[in-house]
Amino acid sequence: MSARVWRRPSPWPQPWMGPLAWTLGLAFLAWNAASLEVDPARVARGLGRLGTVLARAWPPDFSRASLLVSGVIESVEIATLSTVLGVLLGIPVAVLAARNVVPLPVYAGGRAMVTLGRTLHELILAIILVKAVGFGPLAGVLTLTVGGVAAFAKLLAEQIETIDRGPIEAIRATGASRGAVLVYGVLPQVLPRIIGLAIYHWDVHLRHSTIIGIVGAGGIGATLYNAFARYDYDFALAILIVIVAIVLVGEAASALARRAVQ
Amino acid sequence: MTARVWRRYSPAHTAARWSAETALALVTALMLWHVGVRWDYVADAPAQVGDLLGRMLPPEWSFARALVHPLAQTINIATLGTVAAVVMSLPLAFFAALNTTPGRAAYALARVVIVVSRSVDTLIWALVFIIVVGPGSLAGALAVAMRSVGFLAKLFAEGIEEIERGQVEAVTATGASRLATLLYGIVPQVKPVILGVSIYRWDINIRESTVLGLVGAGGIGFTLNEAILGLEWARVGLILVVVLAVVLLSEAVSVFVRSRVT
Repeated sequence: MSARVWRRPSPWPQPWMGPLAWTLGLAFLAWNAASLEVDPARVARGLGRLGTVLARAWPPDFSRASLLVSGVIESVEIATLSTVLGVLLGIPVAVLAARNVVPLPVYAGGRAMVTLGRTLHELILAIILVKAVGFGPLAGVLTLTVGGVAAFAKLLAEQIETIDRGPIEAIRATGASRGAVLVYGVLPQVLPRIIGLAIYHWDVHLRHSTIIGIVGAGGIGATLYNAFARYDYDFALAILIVIVAIVLVGEAASALARRAVQ
Repeated sequence: MTARVWRRYSPAHTAARWSAETALALVTALMLWHVGVRWDYVADAPAQVGDLLGRMLPPEWSFARALVHPLAQTINIATLGTVAAVVMSLPLAFFAALNTTPGRAAYALARVVIVVSRSVDTLIWALVFIIVVGPGSLAGALAVAMRSVGFLAKLFAEGIEEIERGQVEAVTATGASRLATLLYGIVPQVKPVILGVSIYRWDINIRESTVLGLVGAGGIGFTLNEAILGLEWARVGLILVVVLAVVLLSEAVSVFVRSRVT
């Protein structure tokens, strides 16, 4: 009788699956690494210049404060307006995408809207909307609204799907219409969630509002992109510091507000 | 005697709700005024978007062959960036988890790295890396890695903080060294979290990589930018369809793998 040896339990149902998965994974990685185009000469030159770039970036230049402040204000405005619009439009979309309150065909349509709206990156939406309504913060507001409606509706629909059936049946038993069931049976159960999600989305939109300026949709991103394009590295560093600061302040404000609501 | 009427909220609650709602409406109105919306542009927007869609449809299918290479590059950027980020974030996560950190200073430093990495968008990291290594997919992969490190380390650290002490104590009780405790007591418990979060970030990074080319950091965004600048809207239409498909596919892969590991 051979001695039994302890082996670590494997998550794979068959012993050959683990090595196969590893081989495939490593092959995929090798393909990725092999096809990454790197110009060693350019990298060496860039690294050599890194010292110069850093020396030009330090100390950060806050002297053009008015430009910074107006960029930040525009970013905050874009984030706030798009959150308000996104939540107002997102609530009905969320109802359409919640399996327990609408019939199946409506649900399928609602889910499709939610999935497609989240797929394209904000910057791609911004390019299209800049073409449609011209340069400026309006394009930014519309961009984040479109992306925001879908993202907000997805999370809210998940909340609606977990609500208690009892109140809905109680309201329905009074002979209430579909609309009244939504307003008195569904909405009160998810209202705290709506506020919490809205605050969270404001925070997300604030992050996005710092980049859509790259394609002309307003906010501090435009200022940053111009600073990089003109090799104004000290001003760029100042803008980066301000962006990190507003994202942190936004995150802290959002965490505080959500705690106050719940 | 006056009849008592049922109301949903107490008078104080009603007053608080009203003041909060009024304040929000006022802030929104003020911002809307300050942002300077050109209402004639808004009115024109649906027509403009319709016109753009009309030019994009039908997509120029014959251009598909030219998209294979940029698309592969997009996947390269996202995959290599994610893998690099996972490698870098693992030690960072052990420093940033309260139960495994070697000391206060290491914990604080790890948290600062996480915050800075997360606050700066992938596109802004791309602008920075283009200065150092030049335009191309290397800058894109580095940007993806820098943005993902903080995200991954934050979620890994949360996973490490939620482990069971019992298993760690059991391994320690056998007289195992610190490294053996880490490998046999902690790592097996957080492995599903590491896998699940990494694949989730990979899926986000595919979406992020589709726009990196707009600032010169490689991938299909570069082709998109060229098509837009050349007003080749039928090509833009095709690129959008392809991007949509790839992002949906990577999300499906991510959801499937995560459902298996957690």
